[in-house]
Amino acid sequence: MINRRSTLKSMVLGAVSALAMAAAGMPSAEAQNKELKIGFVGVTSGPAAAWGTSNVRSMQTRAAWINETGGVKIGDATYNVNIVTFDDQKDPKRAIAGMEKMAQEGIHYVVGPNVDDGAAAVRPVAEANGIIYFPYAFPKALYQKPASNAVLGMIANYQSGPAIYKYLKENKGVKTIAFVAANESDPLSQRDGGVEAAKALGLKIVAQNDTYQNDTRDFTPVLTPIVALKPDLLVLSGVAPANAPLLIRAARELGFEGLISTETAQDAKVLEEGAGEYANGFISVGGASTPEIASDAMKEFVARYTKMFGEYNDESNTKVYALEYIIDTLKANPAAIDNVDEFKKTMDTFSAPNPYLKGDAKLSYVGTTSFGQKRQLAVPMVVNEYKDGAFQTLFVGTVD
Amino acid sequence: MEQVIANGFYLGAQYALIALGLTLIFALMNVLNFAHGQMYVLGGFISYTVYGQLGLPFVLALLASGVTLAVIGALMEKFLFRTVIKRSLREESTMLLAAATAFFFDAVILLIFGEKQRGVPKIVKGVFNDGGIIMPYDRMLVGVLALVFIAAFVLYMQYSRVGRAMRALAQDRVAAQLMGVKVDRYTMIGFAMGAMLAGIVGGLLVTITGVNSGIGGPISIKAFMMVMIGGAGVVGGAIAGGFILGMMESVGLTVLREYGDVTYLVIFAALMVFLSIRPNGLMGKPWG
Repeated sequence: MINRRSTLKSMVLGAVSALAMAAAGMPSAEAQNKELKIGFVGVTSGPAAAWGTSNVRSMQTRAAWINETGGVKIGDATYNVNIVTFDDQKDPKRAIAGMEKMAQEGIHYVVGPNVDDGAAAVRPVAEANGIIYFPYAFPKALYQKPASNAVLGMIANYQSGPAIYKYLKENKGVKTIAFVAANESDPLSQRDGGVEAAKALGLKIVAQNDTYQNDTRDFTPVLTPIVALKPDLLVLSGVAPANAPLLIRAARELGFEGLISTETAQDAKVLEEGAGEYANGFISVGGASTPEIASDAMKEFVARYTKMFGEYNDESNTKVYALEYIIDTLKANPAAIDNVDEFKKTMDTFSAPNPYLKGDAKLSYVGTTSFGQKRQLAVPMVVNEYKDGAFQTLFVGTVD
Repeated sequence: MEQVIANGFYLGAQYALIALGLTLIFALMNVLNFAHGQMYVLGGFISYTVYGQLGLPFVLALLASGVTLAVIGALMEKFLFRTVIKRSLREESTMLLAAATAFFFDAVILLIFGEKQRGVPKIVKGVFNDGGIIMPYDRMLVGVLALVFIAAFVLYMQYSRVGRAMRALAQDRVAAQLMGVKVDRYTMIGFAMGAMLAGIVGGLLVTITGVNSGIGGPISIKAFMMVMIGGAGVVGGAIAGGFILGMMESVGLTVLREYGDVTYLVIFAALMVFLSIRPNGLMGKPWG
């Protein structure tokens, strides 16, 4: 019969046995492994916390998965992956402090920052301390020569925007377009890029100066004059996931009947809760988790993430990739583990199977057309359409 | 233009309700409650959990938000602010404490409720559209409820025993004490009411604007602006400040839209000029 006393006895015996085994020198697989520190500097608090949190949690999920299965073999050594994080609060000064912290810890590979000014601010620190970093920011100067330490972690708006507008022009008859953006550097630069792309396609731009404070809670006053112009397509340039459902809902409630799109990644659950059926038809750019293209590894990643943090974030469909690229590139050239010049050399020829997509998709560095050198992760450009609580793949594009 | 004015009135009603709790706490204790926005956020998340997640009636969710925040407010006053006010002669001490509680709430809310924007099902579906004004029915309901809460608050402060005691405290703390008003008790009730108002408005607006863990700071800043316009510590001033800010925002976003995001630049510039002429706001008194 199992009673409290026997349970306690078993627990004590178990603990003593475990200690005895440890003392007798029976090291676990993890204890033998070396440590590979990968950094994260980005925003995990405040209104834009969702951007960085999805980054960090993707990295932590993947690292835990790797460590649980014995670590990653790079050259002759096996490593456990340790994610070192720093919340820059979307403040460039704090981003610099974060990158300096990474340098002090001897870290050579850092994911982030999440926004333009943070990514620009950390550049001198990264270059001076031999750090390759993977921002989610779009200024081309970060990725063009003479810069060489930054690698864009996602599809830029000037890459996805033209593809989306072209698709909508040809397939949905879009002729007029309006832009609205938060009054911050990222959304404004994305809006400017979008305006250029729309002009190049011959679309008529009916509004391009409308902006809002990023902490706006009620967008009805912002959208009232734009909706009155009745554009075929309303582009929410660089919209934060927290604001997207509010903008969509306000536009629809004001009677807007056209299409709504953005070039940033969004989360289906947030759209469902915040905008409900108003969000149906909303177009955004995602990663690799729509059922049509997600591999079993992607499904397992989503399951592990959900188990670890309680709820998945669809933005992680894109953000799962950075750590994968770092590890696979180091596996391809173990000398790069503490030498970023070796890493840069490998980037030009690197190719590995993409574990998150069905079929024979490859991981490789791209960006030659946009930046003149390979300083971008080849993340699949999956253009999604939201429908009843989930994303559906509208079309899949590539960047060279 | 009718739409712009309707938007302004709606915004004004919700802003006024946000500012009421802040100005009440300031009037009673001379404390600038920097955590007011975070209390609003907490109220929003409680409504989200009770109504959006557990599926219970919205009225119950609103009640849960108000009661929870009232209890939190009472505890904060009793164990934090009262202690600091008694031990420190410097007014900055309460400001620093309020700022610390704001950061604390930010961290706790992020930890418990996560980083995502949250929303709940609409409490009333449908949109009013007469060709000139478009207004969703749920906004109209929330606007009316905000006005009802404001009226109830004003009447309570004017005619109830507790309200009279709190007004006496706000006018002259020492004289009120000499007249037999239990200062500690009514200060605690006042702080609890201020926090409760923040919780109720957070719970109310989660049906329209949703809620996320990072908006506490910006909400507090807007509430401070309304209080500065109307006059710190004056209930009527907070209401007037809310409606003025709502109308300025609505009109500015339409009239100035071609010039980019200059609406708040204009509002801030106007506020600076206004405060240099009337430093106590529209209805504030030089002594508090």
